[in-house]
Amino acid sequence: MTCIIIDDEAAARAIVGQLCTKTPDLDVIEEFSNAIEAIKFLNQQNIDLVFLDIHMPGFSGIDFVQTLKNPPKVVLTTSDTNFAIEAYEYEAIVDYLLKPITPERFAKSIQKVKNSLASQPALKPDSGTSGIGDELYINIDRRLIKLKFDDILYIEAKGDYIDVKTTKEDYRVHNTLKKIKEKLPAELFLQIHRSYIINFTKIIDIEDNSVLIEKNVIPISRSNRPELMRRLNLL
Amino acid sequence: MEHPNLTYIKQLAGGDKTFEDKFITILKDEFPLEKEEYYNALHSERFKDTAMIVHKLKHKLNILGLEKGYGTAVQYEEELLAGKSSLSGAFEEILQTIDAYLKTI
Repeated sequence: MTCIIIDDEAAARAIVGQLCTKTPDLDVIEEFSNAIEAIKFLNQQNIDLVFLDIHMPGFSGIDFVQTLKNPPKVVLTTSDTNFAIEAYEYEAIVDYLLKPITPERFAKSIQKVKNSLASQPALKPDSGTSGIGDELYINIDRRLIKLKFDDILYIEAKGDYIDVKTTKEDYRVHNTLKKIKEKLPAELFLQIHRSYIINFTKIIDIEDNSVLIEKNVIPISRSNRPELMRRLNLL
Repeated sequence: MEHPNLTYIKQLAGGDKTFEDKFITILKDEFPLEKEEYYNALHSERFKDTAMIVHKLKHKLNILGLEKGYGTAVQYEEELLAGKSSLSGAFEEILQTIDAYLKTI
């Protein structure tokens, strides 16, 4: 299960972070000191759970929940109970943790989140990419850009981003190679290196350790080479 | 006057000394900034902003085991939201206690 922590107080973020560390199968992907930054992040990445402080200057936790179209599961964290009734009006809010949070109460909350996730059909919230038919939509600055699979040359991982190279333009998307791979048809695309997925039909030639696509030389890792060779229509 | 303690932090750390040290550093860094923010807001009579900072500070009172102090902070926050600050003296004493304690750990 993946989560992010939003709290304007560093001490509070550290506490939730520590509790997450002690919880098996729960990974903290990012921490935010304000909700606006977190919204930008969630527009580009799928997350299972948000630990959310209600009381934040400017943009409250409730504002945050109201803003997101498909919010992940939310566990509120706060120092008072005044918002409890309002909080449960939102479907995404699973639990409400009173600070200072104890490990026992935290564990119960995680169980509630797991139960909640298990009892709902799999959600596909907005992510950086979405595949439909023979095309793929990429999310750039809240604009969905349509790419035809046939126009994609290759995709390169660049840290927290991926560069999508097409016959017309190049796009940088906040997403992972793993996620985009799930959206691409396996008959057209192949991962040939931990940082590269190529459109198999765009290969011009292949050398020992690289392929040429247009003018770009792309490395082939030793472990991915057998699969590439298997897919070639060798004479 | 009750004294701050690290019971909660130690419970949370569960023997993880690295976390304990990291957390104490966060407290030492963050508390003076919040305290300064508190006095700035109070002195300029921005009571709503002052209440917001008291709200944040009261979590630290809880973390440091100051139960009575926490009760005072809850009342003070409500008072500030009503545009009054008669508990400011009592709250300042609590802040000074924390200040002094953080210098010893």
